[in-house]
Order: sequence, then structure tokens, then C-alpha cells
Amino acid sequence: MALSSQHGCLSMNPRLLENQCKVDAIMPFGNTHNQLKMNYTAEQEYPDLSKHNNHMAKVLTPEMYANLRDKQTPSGFTLDDVIQTGVDNPGHPFIMTVGCVAGDEETYEVFKDLLDPVIEDRHGGYKPTDKHKTDLNPDNLQGGDDLDPNYVLSSRVRTGRSIRGFCLPPHCSRGERRGIEGLSVEALGALDGDLKGKYYALKDMTEEEQQQLIDDHFLFDKPVSPLLLASGMARDWPDARGIWHNDNKTFLVWVNEEDHLRVISMQKGGNMKEVFNRFCTGLTKIEELFKEKGHEFMWNEHLGYVLTCPSNLGTGLRGGVHVKLPNVSKHEKFGEILKRLRLQKRGTGGVDTAAVGGVFDISNADRLGFSEVELVQMVVDGVKLLVDMEKCLEAGQSIDDLMPEQK
Amino acid sequence: MGHVPPLPLMVPEYSTHLSHAESCALEAFPREGTTNEPMDATLLIQKKTPMCFLGIVRLNEIGSDPKDCYLFSRTDRRKSAIMTKNCNNDYKLKFSLEEEYPDLSQHNNHMAKVLTKDIYNKLRSKQTPSGFTLDDCIQTGVDNPGHPFIMTVGCVAGDEESYEVFKELFDPVISDRHGGYKPTDKHHTDLNWENLKGGDDLDPNYVQSSRVRTGRSIKGFTLPTTNSRGERRAVEKLSIEALNSLDGEFKGKYYPLKDMTDKEQEQLIADHFLFDKPVSPLLLAAGMARDWPDARGIWHNDNKTFLVWVNEEDHLRVISMQKGGNMKEVFKRFCVGLQKIEDVFKKHNHGFMWNEHLGFILTCPSNLGTGLRGGVHVKLPKLSTHAKFEEILTRLRLQKRGTGGVDTASVGGVFDISNADRLGSSEVQQVQLVVDGVKLMIEMEKKLEKGESIDDMIPAQK
Repeated sequence: MALSSQHGCLSMNPRLLENQCKVDAIMPFGNTHNQLKMNYTAEQEYPDLSKHNNHMAKVLTPEMYANLRDKQTPSGFTLDDVIQTGVDNPGHPFIMTVGCVAGDEETYEVFKDLLDPVIEDRHGGYKPTDKHKTDLNPDNLQGGDDLDPNYVLSSRVRTGRSIRGFCLPPHCSRGERRGIEGLSVEALGALDGDLKGKYYALKDMTEEEQQQLIDDHFLFDKPVSPLLLASGMARDWPDARGIWHNDNKTFLVWVNEEDHLRVISMQKGGNMKEVFNRFCTGLTKIEELFKEKGHEFMWNEHLGYVLTCPSNLGTGLRGGVHVKLPNVSKHEKFGEILKRLRLQKRGTGGVDTAAVGGVFDISNADRLGFSEVELVQMVVDGVKLLVDMEKCLEAGQSIDDLMPEQK
Repeated sequence: MGHVPPLPLMVPEYSTHLSHAESCALEAFPREGTTNEPMDATLLIQKKTPMCFLGIVRLNEIGSDPKDCYLFSRTDRRKSAIMTKNCNNDYKLKFSLEEEYPDLSQHNNHMAKVLTKDIYNKLRSKQTPSGFTLDDCIQTGVDNPGHPFIMTVGCVAGDEESYEVFKELFDPVISDRHGGYKPTDKHHTDLNWENLKGGDDLDPNYVQSSRVRTGRSIKGFTLPTTNSRGERRAVEKLSIEALNSLDGEFKGKYYPLKDMTDKEQEQLIADHFLFDKPVSPLLLAAGMARDWPDARGIWHNDNKTFLVWVNEEDHLRVISMQKGGNMKEVFKRFCVGLQKIEDVFKKHNHGFMWNEHLGFILTCPSNLGTGLRGGVHVKLPKLSTHAKFEEILTRLRLQKRGTGGVDTASVGGVFDISNADRLGSSEVQQVQLVVDGVKLMIEMEKKLEKGESIDDMIPAQK
């Protein structure tokens, strides 16, 4: 039979077709909607980026747009899909946003011409030929178990992981998302020891469970950030989204939020070494469990771990602390110090927030081009220094001789 | 995956007259830039509907791959065939129905009531000529389970053909939303303002303002849910031309959103004319805010009584309004202005999307037919707290909203009262219902003010 209704564009009367021509309607190519746009010139379609301030806008010239606009990844992700979030969100007051996302692993290849310069701009000059080193051996971290708990309120390390063979959150279908959830629940269900835990699907959560997760600061909500909404990550919410955490509440996995998996290790106080230890052990175990089921994480030797947002490539790691720095933060050289230490400040509510009461979220600024160990080392060493500076300023002393070199 | 460039083919005019299952020989011209040699081909018409016909073009060239398949849309002005493949949709077909069917268990909207697994299964492999798929239609309804004040539709069109290609979904939604309107029903358009009786004397002590709005879609372009920047800009350009040609009481000026000065913006806000980037999750999930504020703008006449929104929820939203209760004048201006605008668009061979079954085609199925919402802001503090208020509105075929628009609650006893229907009755009929209904409700309000009963005034179901 010439056509089945499972494939092809529209269902047609197969008998008519059999008489006239044998048509295999499984077309190997084409993105109708994208082709329709080809009826307009590149100039007519090129976005107005005159008021924009994000990495995509800095990089996307009309020529580049013209060259890339008829391309697509095997799953059908197009240039306009990549840049929509950056077009819709001209700029952010606190942070230079990336303005583009990946829909699948191949996006970084098919749209290299756009993403390579974005990556270079965002990741301190990282070149298309550079190689990224992955190091998840916690024994390589020096110190980090003694950050002063009078200042360091909590320590946390997070990263993301994408499961090879599936599209990413801006693009995945319900079927894919559910597939990812199913695999994740299975893998996480096999963890034991101090990693033993439980999965809470967002859509089946009881009020009680929800309240508890909010109290633990574990619950993630439907994205409200226009950056995430514009890229399509909130589609079908809360279908196939959930939270898994261990009984001790020190290891947490978010399923199908901004990435397939977000893995978080955290605890009160300043023992970053313990946090990082658990992080590495847990991640490695999870990866093994996925491999046993025939699935691996998206990774390559150039970009490291492949994630939805180009800003998270490499390690995808953000390790940091909530630390009291009321004096240092007011010092005129605060920004400069952070820069030299390769650290970044945020409010305690996360990326889009401001600091409250002199308590800052201090974390590594880099993601790509440094290993996990190197990044956490920078946090540990940098925060130790910042706390020393804070104590100096409390005592009315100058910190001029404590100023670090550029790392 | 090999990349074979699609061939938009120039299909001769006469092919649209072919009957079902006829074929004709024609010359197929490949896309410019590949080769200019025409190729012999056979066009086989398989299926015809009011808005498109489905055919296969088989290239006759020896050795050519006979596996080419195209959908032709009648509405495509250049009669070119477009490859009807949607990569992403086919990718999803690898997953089973069970895996892809949305979880609608918490949902309360028209789409959720109608979309069975069966229908989803049938429609999931389809797409319109512009590539709009079932998941595109329903995304807004999946992402927004329900609204506290109003039963939402939960699905949108991406182009004129959506209503045809996804009939099995839209027909029952339309029937449910539009009081049992059947797939075989015909819709009557009447924009002759002289057919309206009365309406020039609603009591201004109660009626603060009168307003009639509708939407129009421009044939040959996809709708705000899916249109590209190029399309949106083309719609804007055509609209500016059409609007700038207006004169007399309609003479006015266009204010593109992205070039607006602070002063202009403040004035438009003060006039209650400015529309802002949508914040409603219903609209955001449907993709209508993409590329904001590119190619969006507001046009209004110097008198500030006739206003057109370009590229908001529809290609055009046309609004006639003024203070007080002279609905007749508002409706007259509405009809006359709309006609003038349509004439200009027609000159450019881009008339409005319309057909005899669905009337004017708009993005949201709730606006099909007339797309008309005619109403007043009216003070009804007593009547609105009466036990029978809702019943009265239902019988008068009217609907209440807050004075801030569809998602808001009323303030200070002032309500936005408008026609509930859109499809199956004409513009004149709908405005007549508003005029007559509001007149009655004011009389009821006056009675209640005097402490009298309104029991003998309760109307019959219209």
C-alpha cells in the first residue's frame, strides 16, 4: 500500500493512488513552515535587533541570518527557533543574556556559524578548536571543608545533563519528555545508601508534599522568566516534570525543567568538599545507571556536556555559597575582586534576583574551558579570601594588600 | 539525511477547475536558482475542499523519483506548490499515540472536552500548507487548563486552512462554543448599518461609552500564532497603505509600537488606545507575542473614534467607539470604515479571509462569524446584584465583563455588557441584541432604584 496515515503529509485515498502512481510519502526532508518563510527575503525576515543587548544580537549579522535560515537539524529545529528567545527579550538589567538556545544536540553543529562566536564571546574566548576537560574526581579538590559557617550559610553545586537521543526542552514533544522522565525515574530509583530517595511528579503532588518541598526550598515552579517562556520550555507544564531527592535532602534532581536533568548537591554551612564529594559520586552513579539502560549523556570533547543554554556548556556547573558580605559588597573594588577571582554574584533568589541583607550568592563565573574540580577550587579559594576580607573590613582594616591577581 | 531542495511549482490557473481525481499535464518549474528547465509532470487532483486541494505532482522525466507529493492551497496567490513536509512533526510520529497524547485530566476548555485520543490519533500526522500542526493548534489549551471567569477555547488557527485540515477538532469546538452551529450551517454577514433599529438613545446617565470591535485576517498570510516576521511586516505595510488612504472623518495616523515616542505613548494610554505586549498566558502560549513589538502598531483617526490595531491577536482589530450611548453612530462608523478598508485591501488582491460557512476567519475560533463584540460600559449596581442577573443576560444573549476587558472583574457596579454570540447571526442582529438588551436592563435598573420589582420585565429567551 502506497501510503499509511502514520507518515506523509495528509491522508489520502490509497486506492486512487495505487492506480496512478506508487508514492512513498515518507519525505526525507523539508520543514514546511520554514520553507514558507523562504518566500520572503532574508532582509524581510531578519529580526530588528537595534534595541537588543544579548550575545545572539551581537553576533547575528544579516549575512549570517541569510546563510543559516534555510537550515534545520534532523529533528526540525530552525534558526528562528534558536534565536526566538533572544529576539523576544532584548536585554536583562542584571546580566548579559545569551539570547539563543539549542533544540537538540545537533543544533550546536548545524548552527555553528552562530553558536561558535556566541560561545567564544560568552566563555572568555573559547575557540572552535579548543578541547574541554572533564574532571569529576572529588579527591582532586584541595581544602574546601572549612569555610567559616559564621559567614557561609550554605553550600551548593549544581549541573545539568542531557540524555542523548532526545530533543531538548525548548523543542521536545510530550512523548520525548515522558520518555526522559521514565528513564530518569528508573535510574534514580536504583540509587542506594545515602543517595536513596523518592520521586515527586509535579502533576501528582499532594498539597502536603508540595508544602514540604517549598519549605525545603526544593520545589521548582513553572517558569515565569520571559527568557525561558519565549524559548518554549514551559510547554505542556507540568506534564513529565518532577523532583527527586534523597531521604537526607542533600541531593536533588529536577527532571525536565530547563534541561533534561538538573543535579544539585547542597547543605547548610561551609563544607563545600562534602557537597562536591556527594555531587561527583551521585552524578557518576546516575551516569552508570543510564548507561546500563543503553543511554548516555550528551557530551563531546569540544563542548563537554551539551545543555540547552550555551551558557551552561562544558561543565554546566555552578558551585557556590550563600555568604554574608555586607562590608565587602559595599567596597568600591567588589566588582573587580570578583572578576579577578573568576566569581559571580547573584541575589539569594537565583539568577534574576537582587541581594537581600548583605547576603550574596557567590559562584564560579566560568562553565567551559575549566574542569569541575578547577571551578569548585576557584569558589573555595575565592570565598575563603572574601570572608577574610570581610573580617578585615569589620575590624576597620584595609584590604588593599589582600587584592588577588587575575586568575 | 539527504537534502533535496523542494520545488515550488507553478501550477496553471486551470488546474483549480479540475474535478476530483482528474489529472492534467503541466510544466513544473523548479525553484529559481536550481535549474530553469521546466519539467513535464502530471498533476493528479485527489481531494478538494473549500480552501485547498490536495494533489500529487509526479515528474514524468525518465529516471526521476516519482515520490514527490504536494499540497496546493487555493489561497496561495501565486499558486505555487509547497512541500508539505514537517520534519519535526514526523519526528514526533515515532512516538506512540499514548506517549504523545496530552494529559487533559485537569483541563476545562473546549479543546479538552472535544479532543479524544481517537481524534488526536487521526489528526496528529496532518498539517496545513504552511506547516501548522495539531500540536500547534492545541498548545495553548494544553498549557492553560482553565480560566476562572470564562470557558476558554483552548485551540487556535495558524492559517485559513487550519479550520479545514483540522475539521474534526474545530467543528465540534465550534459547535460547542457557538450554540450548536453545525458543519453544514451557513453564516450571514450584514454590515449595512441602516438595518439597525434605534440604538441612538441609550441613557447616558447609565451608559458611559459604546464600542464595537471586530477582527479581520488578510488572505494569503498566516495568522499571528505562526506568522513569520516577513509576513507580519507585509501585513503591516499593506495595512498602513489601506489606512492612510482613508479620508473625511476617517483621516488618521499610524503609530508603530517600536518607534513610539514617550509622549505619543502617554497620549495613547490616556486615550485608552494603547495595547501592550500580551501578558495573558492564553495568548503567550499560542505564540502571538513573538518578535514583539516588531510590525505592531496602532492607527486611529484624528477624532479618536475609529481605531485599528495591527498584528495584535489578529492581523487587524477594528474598533469604533465614543463616549455616551449612541450605539447607532458607533455602528455606522464601524460599518462604513470597515468597508472602505476592505476595498483598499481588495485592490491589492489581498481581501479578507471569509467563507460562507464560517464567515470572517480569525485566529481564535470564538471570534469566527462576525468577530464582532459590540457593547457598552453601563452602570448597573442594583441589577448586577439581583438574583436573576445572570439569567437575564443569558436570555438576552448578552455577556458581562469587567471594564478592563476579558480577563477582569467589574469595578464599582460598572459592567461591560456585550453580545455573547459571534457565529450564526449577522453583525446587525448582534448589535441589535445589545441595543435592545441594554435598553431593557437600564429600565430594570431604574425600577430597582425605586424599590420596585422587575419580575414582570424578565425577557423571554432570544
